[in-house]
Amino acid sequence: MRGPGFLEKLEEAVPGAIVGKNLEAIDPWIEVSAERLVDVCRWLKQSADSRFDSLECITAIDWCEPDPKKAAKVSWQPHTELVYHLWSTASRVSLVLKVNLPRWKNDVPGQLPEAPSVTGVWRTADWHEREVFDLSGIHFSGHPDLRRILCPEDWEGYPLRKDYEMPLDYHGIRGR
Amino acid sequence: MTTPVADDPRIIEFDVRTDEMLVNMGPQHPSTHGVLRLVLRTDGEIVSQVEPHIGYLHRCAEKIGENLTARQWIPYTDRMDYLAAMNMNLGWALAVEKLMKHEVSEKARHLRVLISELGRIASHLVGMGAYGLDLGTFSPFLYAFREREKLLDLFEEACGARLTYSYITVGGLTADLPPGWLERCEAFLDQFEPIIQEYHSLLTTNAIFVKRTAGIGVLSREMAIDYGCSGPVLRGSGVDQDLRRDGESIYTAMYDGYAFEVAVQKNGRYPRDHAYPAVPADAVLGDCWHRFFVRMLEVVQSMDLVRQAIDRYSACKGPLGEPLKLAEKIPVGDAYLETECPKGQMGFYLVGDGSPIPWRVRARSSSFSNLSVLHELCHGCLIADVPAIVGSLDIVMGEIDR
Repeated sequence: MRGPGFLEKLEEAVPGAIVGKNLEAIDPWIEVSAERLVDVCRWLKQSADSRFDSLECITAIDWCEPDPKKAAKVSWQPHTELVYHLWSTASRVSLVLKVNLPRWKNDVPGQLPEAPSVTGVWRTADWHEREVFDLSGIHFSGHPDLRRILCPEDWEGYPLRKDYEMPLDYHGIRGR
Repeated sequence: MTTPVADDPRIIEFDVRTDEMLVNMGPQHPSTHGVLRLVLRTDGEIVSQVEPHIGYLHRCAEKIGENLTARQWIPYTDRMDYLAAMNMNLGWALAVEKLMKHEVSEKARHLRVLISELGRIASHLVGMGAYGLDLGTFSPFLYAFREREKLLDLFEEACGARLTYSYITVGGLTADLPPGWLERCEAFLDQFEPIIQEYHSLLTTNAIFVKRTAGIGVLSREMAIDYGCSGPVLRGSGVDQDLRRDGESIYTAMYDGYAFEVAVQKNGRYPRDHAYPAVPADAVLGDCWHRFFVRMLEVVQSMDLVRQAIDRYSACKGPLGEPLKLAEKIPVGDAYLETECPKGQMGFYLVGDGSPIPWRVRARSSSFSNLSVLHELCHGCLIADVPAIVGSLDIVMGEIDR
């Protein structure tokens, strides 16, 4: 993570992109809006100040509707969080980007939330976004070939969502 | 009229166009390192497109991790890269320790270096032997496995298992070394050191091997970074990056005071290249030969590190320290850590919610990213070169599919 001047330059280059940040966390992170994600990524990769030329990992975290019994203890609103871990091979620093999405698009269950694809910025994103789509059910708009990668093509549901239920039967194979 | 003469036989192949054919390779093909299915689009002998199909070993390890405590998940990391399970254990243990802000004793730190560098040697030995098999030579495999067997005996003595160790665990290691182990380890190193030259004469300088690997599957530096390649694949393309030196402080602190040089070609030279065979004239930086050679150099480098770790470990007095409790609570927050595993940079990410069971567990697999570049490397190569290129990436399907 770079110093404070770095964030101001990012804010200047892509106005209104940063919607939150935590620089005291173990891995300091900045939260960006989904609409400006690609612009931010492009700047981070190309600008002489940052040069984050490598995307290491994309993770989706499902902050689901909490159990009514535990609801009082829980501090979050239901949402899905995308976490991007970036790395600069030149200056050997890392950066964490977070993007918040609804669990379902327009809160209609079954409608996948949408995030812009960053395949145009880093080629790593191709397979990683396919994996996130496959397991966590997030639609990456602009991805050239968005289909399941680890599960079979006709698999139903998104296993890494917290409310996922294992199917009872898959082509005659007992699931549970 | 004179017949055109081509230096490269493939030029003639390019002129003769035949029907396009889809060839299915795997998932049970012996040279696909497990269960990888490749669909090749070919024109005669020339491959125009490769599409990998993965997921045959998918066990949803991440979902399992969200239902177990951090220490209980250690055995599942064994089963990711089952050829370097020690390094996988270490990656996860360090990621959890990073979130918990836990520090292990100095003795445990040196023992971790010792054991994970031995794991690296074992993994590279399989990589080397299996690569020989891919290219149609059987003997290097037997030579490599003969030495690996001795390493597995050492591991078995230390922790009781030969493949899935669960030895390095969150907060330390499950047990200290048995008496006499260090002497046996040193005896192994003394006996193994001269054998490296044997391997070089079997493969590295073997004329057929060089013909099969030099100049094949050239991965440029930019493409390697763009696709997130790491480990020997990245260094084979001339990128000077090794997380043991460049990584996060919790990981590099393990190697504080250790002397080693990153195995990468700089200004046309590999470190200590006078002791090893010269780079063949046909080899291009980033080709299969260079990826293979980086692994061979890392075997020697790891042996050096093991010797240093033995000295430091035996100089440490006092107890090794107990690992954390099985159901130790994980604080609220998240942490991501990448470590330099034999196959590349393995990343673990966990999100804690205050309970002993992490809310989210993520494993960023190095082989996954390394494999994703395959279609670029195979574009325009011969069908017979596909196993050579896949083998040079040294992938493990257990880690890709998780």
